[in-house]
Amino acid sequence: MDVENLEASIDFNLNGQIVQVAPVPGERLSETLRERLNTRDVKIGCNAGDCGACSVLVNGETICACLMPTQQAAGQKVETLAGLVKSDYHAKALIERFQDHGAAQCGICTPGMIVSTVALLRANPKPNEQQVKDALCGVLCRCTGYRKIIDAVLAVPASIDNSGGVGRALRRLDGIDKVTGVEVFGDDIAPAGTLEVRVVRSPYPRASFVFGDLDAWCEQITGMEAVLTVADIEGENCFGVIPEFADQPVFAEEVARFRGEAVAAVVGTPEVIRAFQPDDFPVTWTELESVANVAEAQAKGAPQLHPTRAENLMCRGIVRSGNAEAALAAADETVEGAFSSGFVEHGYIEPEAGFAEVVNGRVEIHACTQSPMMDLISMEIILGMNRSEIRIAPTGVGGGFGSKLDISIQPYLALGAIKTGRPVRITYSRTESMQSTTKRHPSEITLKIGAKKNGCLSGFSFFGDFNTGAYASWGPTVANRVPVHASGPYSIPDYTAVANGVHTNCPPAGAFRGFGVPQSGIAQECLFDDLADKIGIDPLEFRIINALGDGIPTVCGQVFEQGVGSKACLEALRPAWAKERKEADAFNAASTGSLRRGVGVAAGWYGCGNTSLPNPSTIKAGVRTDGTVVLHQGAMDIGQGSNTVISQIFATALGISATELDRIGGDTDVTPDAGKTSASRQTFVSGNAARLSGEDMRAKILRHVNVSDDATLAFGDGAITVSDNGKVHNIDLTIMQADDEGYAFVSRGTYDPPTKPLDENGQGIPYAQFGYAAQLAVIEVDEALGTTKPIKFVAAHDVGKAINPMLVEGQVQGGIAQGLGMALMEEYLPGRTENLHDYLIPTIGDIPPIETLIIEVPDGHGPYGAKGLGEHVLIPTAPALLNAIKYATGIRVHSVPVTPSKLRQAIKGREND
Amino acid sequence: MPYLTPTNHEEAFSFLENNNPRIVAGCTDYFPSLRQGQIHDDLLDVSRINGMRGVTKTDTGWRIGAATTWTDIVRAALPPAFDALKQAALEVGSLQIQNQGTVAGNICNASPAADGVPPLMALGAEVEVGSSEGSRRVALSDFIKGVRRIDLNPGEMVVAIHIPDIPTMSTSAFYKLGSRKHLVISIAMVAAIVQVKAGRLTDVRIALGSCSPVARRLPGLEAQLMDEGVADLEYFDFGIGDAFAPLTPISDIRGSAEYRLDVVSEMCRRVLIAACKGS
Repeated sequence: MDVENLEASIDFNLNGQIVQVAPVPGERLSETLRERLNTRDVKIGCNAGDCGACSVLVNGETICACLMPTQQAAGQKVETLAGLVKSDYHAKALIERFQDHGAAQCGICTPGMIVSTVALLRANPKPNEQQVKDALCGVLCRCTGYRKIIDAVLAVPASIDNSGGVGRALRRLDGIDKVTGVEVFGDDIAPAGTLEVRVVRSPYPRASFVFGDLDAWCEQITGMEAVLTVADIEGENCFGVIPEFADQPVFAEEVARFRGEAVAAVVGTPEVIRAFQPDDFPVTWTELESVANVAEAQAKGAPQLHPTRAENLMCRGIVRSGNAEAALAAADETVEGAFSSGFVEHGYIEPEAGFAEVVNGRVEIHACTQSPMMDLISMEIILGMNRSEIRIAPTGVGGGFGSKLDISIQPYLALGAIKTGRPVRITYSRTESMQSTTKRHPSEITLKIGAKKNGCLSGFSFFGDFNTGAYASWGPTVANRVPVHASGPYSIPDYTAVANGVHTNCPPAGAFRGFGVPQSGIAQECLFDDLADKIGIDPLEFRIINALGDGIPTVCGQVFEQGVGSKACLEALRPAWAKERKEADAFNAASTGSLRRGVGVAAGWYGCGNTSLPNPSTIKAGVRTDGTVVLHQGAMDIGQGSNTVISQIFATALGISATELDRIGGDTDVTPDAGKTSASRQTFVSGNAARLSGEDMRAKILRHVNVSDDATLAFGDGAITVSDNGKVHNIDLTIMQADDEGYAFVSRGTYDPPTKPLDENGQGIPYAQFGYAAQLAVIEVDEALGTTKPIKFVAAHDVGKAINPMLVEGQVQGGIAQGLGMALMEEYLPGRTENLHDYLIPTIGDIPPIETLIIEVPDGHGPYGAKGLGEHVLIPTAPALLNAIKYATGIRVHSVPVTPSKLRQAIKGREND
Repeated sequence: MPYLTPTNHEEAFSFLENNNPRIVAGCTDYFPSLRQGQIHDDLLDVSRINGMRGVTKTDTGWRIGAATTWTDIVRAALPPAFDALKQAALEVGSLQIQNQGTVAGNICNASPAADGVPPLMALGAEVEVGSSEGSRRVALSDFIKGVRRIDLNPGEMVVAIHIPDIPTMSTSAFYKLGSRKHLVISIAMVAAIVQVKAGRLTDVRIALGSCSPVARRLPGLEAQLMDEGVADLEYFDFGIGDAFAPLTPISDIRGSAEYRLDVVSEMCRRVLIAACKGS
């Protein structure tokens, strides 16, 4: 019998090499591969077999490395992505096809996807779509919506165009690292053996606590290097993304306000942290009365979360124009309804992770983030250090969707590195990530809308309560954005909308793709269908009648003279709307069983950039004396593609191909602030900065040789060749004086969208541009079981100008997948769904074909006419699905997710009527 | 804290006699169940014991070794009565989980939502438990005593699952209801094995999972369905009598108790029709 003791070593074949390791008994193969064998292309997303990111082949079979004790690999053949891409025929082809289709967005699931696909193709080189889904069903992706992955696996021809300018479907410039597993994410940077930090969290929604003797406790454990508490914070124990609302402590003091809130952290060797059980930590908890929802939080005598926020009301947003009440009274028909939604978890496959060290007296934090500069500002305040003493060096980001805008791990990393004087790392477990980071706000919305017989809207009165959890985070943004957007992209002269943000003892609700607008969109777009039915107008035509257009004021009184693509998106759906309804009607007429088909439409709009606040981006570039053009691209690419899009814009402005650029990321030491990856602002705002920077660079070069603007540029071999009007000028860079960074030419572009403040009625200019969207969903409901199966989407999106059509499609498909999840299956329940098997996000089997109709109504403010897109993509999805369910069943569902249990109950209620 | 990988039963039994290790094979339930910081003292890995993996025909039926994976089940050549088990195998988690997870582990984890249990119950499975004292067989329905509770004493381990001979004309099907397509814990599931002669049901076995602490056969419903015409199943009233009396579903995040009781009729109808189609 083999008895593997602590030091017993085993051999196995890893990617063609025999390796020997001495794992701890029961050590996960994923950990051995990553920490003992430096095979960090194997990603860890959940440690529970739920996400498949750690998929590897053992003797040719796909397995989750997180579920296999390393001892079981003894004598076996283990293959990971890093090995496969070097030697495997299928993997070599797949990395090309994945790039051609943009099948890797953030790239964190890509190793698991490609490894799983290799096993499939070895057994079945020509699989069909169903076989692909069955083979890849164990790998979750939160970015792509899976359709590009299916296309890549099936070798569907891609319409790639690598010429590199604006409007071209260029491969992602950072794609090769993602598909080969080379990309360095938050957990990939720390050397093996680095001290680890583990956070001690409240097990209760609200609890007071007292520590025992922490020093003595720490002292007695060999390898436990430090305990971090509020006593270690030299600056303020407070952070928040909106300075006026900053309220969240790094470590709770005296009372923890939500389950999962940090109260302390321990720092120790990997061995000690592995065995650290939170129950052993010297802290005594006393559970206190807590409030879980808005009703409880606003009940008389409810515990108050923050002393300055009476009745737990954090803030309120209001937009009013005309006279909604009078218009509703004068309407021929009105509809009203109450709609609700729960917490939605971002579900990026990369949990928060990073590494920090003190270098020459400066704290350097390498972590996944959506906003390096905001991290820097927060850390400056928390650490009480000067900004110049802190460096934020972002790693690759394995998905964000809004949650990685807020700091999470950064303070623990910095405090740990400072206190121990040694490098430290941290990686949240999936449960920690879900418990402690922000969520989409639960909503409770009441809405009444009126219309005249001719279909024109007459009055709109909206009230929404948003559960913002224990701390403000982006709650004020939600409260302010919702009233501005709750109208949808329509002309509504008589309008009132109020949104409250209310504190509860729940995780902080913050930014999640759409900032509350997907929630309000459900109420508005569902009632639009009901209203159209009531007045007897086709729901799509009803929307077209009321759609915003150029020269028509928004509910904020803002008038766009150009660039309003709302009607164009809706009109683009007309053919599909006619065809799909006809088919659904025929299907239903012929259906003898319990299947009913439905078709639904919904629209949406979204203002790009901060609401009435400055949000400048700066993009810098330089030409090295060797002729290399370097782009300092600080607009964090969290999978959406800013590395590529910003490069395409800059390159076009300069007059070269994006593929010629060298790129430096958002390191705060070397790259100017391009703002946060949020609010669908990067293509628009940072894109404009890139355009200005490119134009600036071009102007400087042209001026250098005094040629016309028609000149063409070629960079390389220590020179710039400028051709103009048949004449060729050679700029010898090697003889030029380079600056400190080695640049012979430097350019900068800064852009801040022109907005104006909103008055007390929400009137003003909140955004310089909106993007517009309309989607159509086709579903089948199995009425006997209450299940809903989406079978097709058609999505029309006005992006002004598609800088990269392939990436546009990727955003649309990924957004629809998230909207589908919100509509049909996702609800985060604190304490109950803190993992990825109880909290369900869509799998590859859940996403039907998605047809993207790219609409280009150019915007005068956008770079080359481009508009933002990231958040627009999921706003219409849930209401389109709900409207399709109503089409199929006649049932208006008023809350999401529409679980089978919920829909079946409603169907039974209909049958009993 | 050793990690043991015995290659024969005797070594495993002898270790079990003197220690209390955690028995593991596919580890697909073991790892997710670990709490932060939890490390087991001893792990007994039974996956490399000779004869523990694979499905074999015996004189009286079939033997499924305790370390047989779900993928092994899918690939095994088995009569149509096992189609329900194969369909369940394809619904266990994902391909990765099917490649790692074992049939015996699914039983020993004793989850009310164990995908393999309804088809195995319908097959009349028995569990062979071994120890240095010898071996014993116990009906699967008795082996799983409740949520996370099984009839396994210290010193014992599951060696195999035995399926008694079943007529080759028996056909079967499995139906799992979940909130998404893959990687999902069932809201409810049902397995059925039938024999059809001259268009009528002459043997019916139905087992339901996720609607009681342990999956249950439905003898009352089975009796009602005897001699029912296959063509009439579409209109058969499953709601009559106390057909579903053995079920005691709970309400949880996946669905309400009321919903579960509501949909089992339709699920039974569909799985029976599907099972008959296999004949």
